[in-house]
Amino acid sequence: MTTQVEYWRWTESRYTNPEVDWRKASTITAGIDVGSVSSKAAVLADNEILAYGLMRTGSNSPDSALNAINRAIEGTGLTMKDIKFIVGTGYGRINIPFAGKAITEIACHARGANYIWGPVVRTILDMGGQDCKAIHCDEKGKVTAFLMNDKCAAGTGRGMEVFADLLQVPITQVGEMSLQVDKEPPPVSSTCVVFAKSEGIGLLRQGWSKNMVLAAYCSAMAHRVVTLLERIGMEKEFVLTGGISKNIGVVSRLEKELGIQAVPLPKDQKFDPQLAGAIGGALFARDLLAKSRKAF
Amino acid sequence: MLSGLGRFFVLSTSYIANYGYADGSGEYYVSIDSEKCNACGECIPACPMHIFQVEEDDYGDMAAVVKESHRKSLKYVCSPCKPTSGVRNLPCQKACKPGAIVHSW
Repeated sequence: MTTQVEYWRWTESRYTNPEVDWRKASTITAGIDVGSVSSKAAVLADNEILAYGLMRTGSNSPDSALNAINRAIEGTGLTMKDIKFIVGTGYGRINIPFAGKAITEIACHARGANYIWGPVVRTILDMGGQDCKAIHCDEKGKVTAFLMNDKCAAGTGRGMEVFADLLQVPITQVGEMSLQVDKEPPPVSSTCVVFAKSEGIGLLRQGWSKNMVLAAYCSAMAHRVVTLLERIGMEKEFVLTGGISKNIGVVSRLEKELGIQAVPLPKDQKFDPQLAGAIGGALFARDLLAKSRKAF
Repeated sequence: MLSGLGRFFVLSTSYIANYGYADGSGEYYVSIDSEKCNACGECIPACPMHIFQVEEDDYGDMAAVVKESHRKSLKYVCSPCKPTSGVRNLPCQKACKPGAIVHSW
């Protein structure tokens, strides 16, 4: 019997911060980021991240959101009742019944990046599953400009999944493998993922190695987002969020093309940059809760 | 405490929202400056394709935005106003008295 391998499939995960005791916290809030490919939930105890969950998005937003938050609180002893306010964000944000407010992922990513990397961050590139956004923010993590690309899956995680599947390379190894080439190939020219896939097949026929094809796709992706960054006014304190931020093949090529390095993750920081939106949502939730308490 | 004070001094949100795309033929973005936008809503009937709406933004202010449903299809919805169509005065830009709406083409 043969087992079918799904190369695009990344592992769902969760994290609990061992240093935080939620029973001592005065407010517990959460942010749920339902993206097109992954759903993320982050739970905030006062000002510390208590736990998070990273799951695949299913066919409906409410279930995906519930899945993510359940995974996040799993094993912590927390129940949904303990979470006083939830902010929904991402592509499926308007469809989360238990969220008190929906906030765009643009504002949430800026806020989350400000929390993860600190106030130095000015430019954020969110490379998600289905689109890519360039965001410019101030030292408080407040958006000062943003740009969303109107393109389909080009330059996104979904495109990377298609290539991982085509070349039978596990998605987590794509970046690493794309760097193992003697010579950098010219980037894939097609913008559309479907056409890019055809182009990839063509390249394989011509005798290109897997690594070369991956290199061509990663560099095409890096090249495409540079124009987005240039348009909103690139500042050198830039970071990447979203799933593609974990693809070293795209990140290193982007850094090379821009001529600057992304701000490194702070030493004691263990949070996945894919969680930035959910973390930002949880921070907004905390503020909204404080505001509503003050009103009464 | 300090962040609460900070909020007190910020009078209104100011950011530039860019919606659109870039392709081989150029960059096509509709930009809305939230600081200039007074949420009057004149752009809503002015746009022949009805792409605008006025809504509360993430920071609690009212501002014109491109409807979510149109954000990924500006390539097609904005095509009647593209340079090749010969439209000189873009209706949304003309309707916007405070000059908050700008085009990159």
